[in-house]
Amino acid sequence: MSAPAPRRPALADPIAAKATLMVVAFGFLSLFLLVPLGIVFISAFKGGFSTYLAALTDPDAGAAIRLTLLVTLIAVPLNVVFGLAAAWALTKHDFRGKGLLLAVIDLPFAVSPVISGMLFVLLFGAAGLFGTALADADIKIVFALPGIVMATVFVTFPYVARELLPAMAAKGRDQELAALTLGATGMQTFRKVTLPNVRYALFHGVVLCTARAVGEFGAVSVVSGHIRGETNTIPLHIEILYNEYQFTSAFAVATLLVLVAFVTLIAKKLLLRTESQGATA
Amino acid sequence: MLMRSLASTLVALASLGLGACSSKPADGSVSILNVSYDPTRELYDAVNKSFATAWKAKSGKDLEVRQSHGGSGKQARAVLDGLEADVVTLALAYDIDALAEKGLLAKDWAGRLPNRSAPYTSTIVFLVRKGNPKGIKDWPDLIKDGVEVITPNPKTSGGARWNHLAAWGWALRTLGSEDKAREYVAALYQHVPVLDSGARGSTTTFVERQIGDVLLAWENEALLATKNLDKNAFEIVIPSVSILAEPPVAIVDKNVDKHGTREVAQAYLEFLATPEAQEIIATHHFRPRNPEVLAKHAAEFPKVELLEVDKDFGGWAAAHAKHFADGAEFDKIWSKKAETK
Repeated sequence: MSAPAPRRPALADPIAAKATLMVVAFGFLSLFLLVPLGIVFISAFKGGFSTYLAALTDPDAGAAIRLTLLVTLIAVPLNVVFGLAAAWALTKHDFRGKGLLLAVIDLPFAVSPVISGMLFVLLFGAAGLFGTALADADIKIVFALPGIVMATVFVTFPYVARELLPAMAAKGRDQELAALTLGATGMQTFRKVTLPNVRYALFHGVVLCTARAVGEFGAVSVVSGHIRGETNTIPLHIEILYNEYQFTSAFAVATLLVLVAFVTLIAKKLLLRTESQGATA
Repeated sequence: MLMRSLASTLVALASLGLGACSSKPADGSVSILNVSYDPTRELYDAVNKSFATAWKAKSGKDLEVRQSHGGSGKQARAVLDGLEADVVTLALAYDIDALAEKGLLAKDWAGRLPNRSAPYTSTIVFLVRKGNPKGIKDWPDLIKDGVEVITPNPKTSGGARWNHLAAWGWALRTLGSEDKAREYVAALYQHVPVLDSGARGSTTTFVERQIGDVLLAWENEALLATKNLDKNAFEIVIPSVSILAEPPVAIVDKNVDKHGTREVAQAYLEFLATPEAQEIIATHHFRPRNPEVLAKHAAEFPKVELLEVDKDFGGWAAAHAKHFADGAEFDKIWSKKAETK
């Protein structure tokens, strides 16, 4: 045939391909991530630092921040318990309907958040299945804290379970069986064997779950009722500010969500690092 | 039925576990919830402060009026689904009728306050970009080639329904027949690139995202855009014929009786007719009912020939059935538009 091709490591792409890939990847990231994020911060500080601070210390913003924290503090622990139980059941036991449970865990990923919110309105709204009974008992679910918590739990529940499942499956059942043979109780086995084995996966799940719980918009929007200072979470408060032409304030509050995203990213990185160090040690 | 009784048993069990979970303030303060439509955010912000002061002076109690805003139809839906509004202040009577239909308030609610329970009026005007580059003067100019019209979705927005009826009413009167009116309104929607769900969304589309040549808007939204947002970017065009919009207010009987807030809710709505509140209303660009306050602000509210829903469209129930119900005029026009694309 022709002259031999210039020597290069057999598995590397040609320089041109490598450069194109990098340009595409970085170009895409800048266009869709870095530029919009930059704009959030530039718009937030348009009116100077005092305006920025005023937007965050506004009483309605304060109420939205407190509500979001409260909802997250309830939803995440619930999903940790649920995730541990589901992952435990699915990886350490065999039973009928295992496939079904596995599929159902993923449901919130597949369903649009707006539909998730609608489900709760259809169940607990005044005209819903439980509506009359709830009204008689004077319990408010939708357009109040319980509904917002439920919608958040629903939307975020796969995060912990999905992280734990592969980790637990990879470890198998041998160590637990060994512990039990050596006379450990079920609880001891769980605390000393199972939990430490999956702790990184659990942290990872908690981080993702928290990030999603703080930022959830669609499902919460449907069940919130949008009462200012009462049932507005941070994302809903941002929408209200935007609709009231208070663009600077809207972006100021939005920086909080961006910060949550950064913290999430850093936490993920740190976890990965400690995990790999833990593995080599 | 079985499902329902099962449901109530479950709830009864759950409530035992939860304990009393109701949210009544323990101190002497009172709180009511006003569920309103989109463009009244700034208005009620001001009215609420003023009324809280008046109420404190009269009763000695602190009052908090909580607000919820959104598209009028969407808000009525939320109240039906259990959002416990003490008062509703919506864009059109039909949305409150829908609540009365389900027994949340008396069917004769409109007669309980003066002026068919509408403490202010407004109308529909055109907002165009500075210098009116497309030369828009009246309804026929909206369907000229190259003109983009912004209006929200009449399925969810009260303002959009007023827009639709104003266009239809003008066409019917000027062009002379139902078929011609339908043709005109269909041509008008051909020029609409985005249908937002509420009036505020449309204003943002037009003002901030710079989409479209003309915004069919509440007069109050248009005045807000020209006076408060960007003085030099927009102009208001008053069409030859528009519509008398009467956004009504009402007490939600079922909820005030449950909360024990009837007295304060009644006082709140009656407060809207006082000269003090009428002045706030006028400064937020809604047309006040009080003749003296209106005279004082006459420069801002030019006289327009106004159609009326009751006289020209046979009332809201008839107008809704003909234009906005499922499969009615709007649906037919919009689905035809989708086909031609």
